[in-house]
Amino acid sequence: MRNPVRSEADAFRFVLLTVGYFALIVIGSVIDVWVGLAVFVALTVGAVWWVLARRGRSAPPVRQAPAPSPPDEHRILVVANETVGGAELLETLRGRVAGRNARVLVVCPALNSPLRHWASDEDDARDAAQARLDASLAAMRSVGLTAEGEVGDGDPIQAIEDALRTFRPDELVVSTHPPGRSHWLERGVVEKARERFALPVTHVTVELP
Amino acid sequence: MSAVADSHEHHGPPPIHYSSRVSPSVLGMFLFIASEIMLFGSFFTVYFFDRVVNHSFGGHWPPPGFHRPAYVAGVNTLILVTSSFTMHWADSSIKKGNRAGLQAGLVLTLLLGLTFLLTQVIEYHRLGFNTGDTSFASTFFGLTGLHGAHVFVGLSILAVMTVRAFRGHFSPEQHHGVEIGGIYWHFVDVMWIVVYVTVYLL
Repeated sequence: MRNPVRSEADAFRFVLLTVGYFALIVIGSVIDVWVGLAVFVALTVGAVWWVLARRGRSAPPVRQAPAPSPPDEHRILVVANETVGGAELLETLRGRVAGRNARVLVVCPALNSPLRHWASDEDDARDAAQARLDASLAAMRSVGLTAEGEVGDGDPIQAIEDALRTFRPDELVVSTHPPGRSHWLERGVVEKARERFALPVTHVTVELP
Repeated sequence: MSAVADSHEHHGPPPIHYSSRVSPSVLGMFLFIASEIMLFGSFFTVYFFDRVVNHSFGGHWPPPGFHRPAYVAGVNTLILVTSSFTMHWADSSIKKGNRAGLQAGLVLTLLLGLTFLLTQVIEYHRLGFNTGDTSFASTFFGLTGLHGAHVFVGLSILAVMTVRAFRGHFSPEQHHGVEIGGIYWHFVDVMWIVVYVTVYLL
């Protein structure tokens, strides 16, 4: 999220805009009260429209290509939360690592409520994500998969970005609930990952009982 | 394939993940702005309630016998807006390594702010009414006094900034104190423009 007043220069520009805004309203009011009211409404609507239009025109994401992993090793980054121990995901991973010297990193985003996020109260979310991660790593171990794991950012895209800096994967596997049940699919997480990261992205849908 | 499943062991409090938190400075700024909006909003609510709903003055605003010194306050507004320009000059100067510009800008801003506050105090003495004389007088002194308190806080911050500027604490690389103080001063300026237009002109 971008703080609209990040510097003294931003604040100074805001002062100038405020002077112009109120000067026009006062001039309109001097002509006639209703003219002043019309100017107020027009300027306010215009300001809101401008702010909303700017938000929609945010810069496109920078496509990131992590440095390649060692040539004799195939690295897979898995991002999953509630579906992290799902049978479909385990099956996909077994197919991916078969016959390869593979290394798997599972990242469990610490999903949090907006209120707790704003209060930086993330301990419970991280604990819950850690518990899911531990259970899924145990499940992977039971089917013979080698994997490491870590709790990531609550935003899955941010969690992937964080992991890219240290893990350097060759491919990315995103596991979600089926359409209609998945918040991540509703938010377009898979599409955003494909758009932003220069990696093969596999989407696995997991049906949990 | 070796079966090494390891979930990075960690003891003690969760490791710091700044990316999963709102930046403390951003959160602080938003909380501060939110608290100020609520504070001024409550005063403006009382003001507009009195002006729109209270008909005990026979539809006259201000009530008969009360005069708002819009001209003096207008001059004061020019002084405060000018102080924003000098504040911006100070900040721009230190970014370019011009310490003399920083010092001159801060001194001028401080003097202009002091002039504003002194003019307001003198204006209070010449108004001819006091806080207890009708609800109009109460809301008038409430809003302008609340803003005056903010100017006083801003002047205190400016005084510290000025002393630090003369001691050479700021440089093009390190001038966070000027940035934050400048943002606060501009906020005080913006609030005065709202108060002036609302209370004195409209």
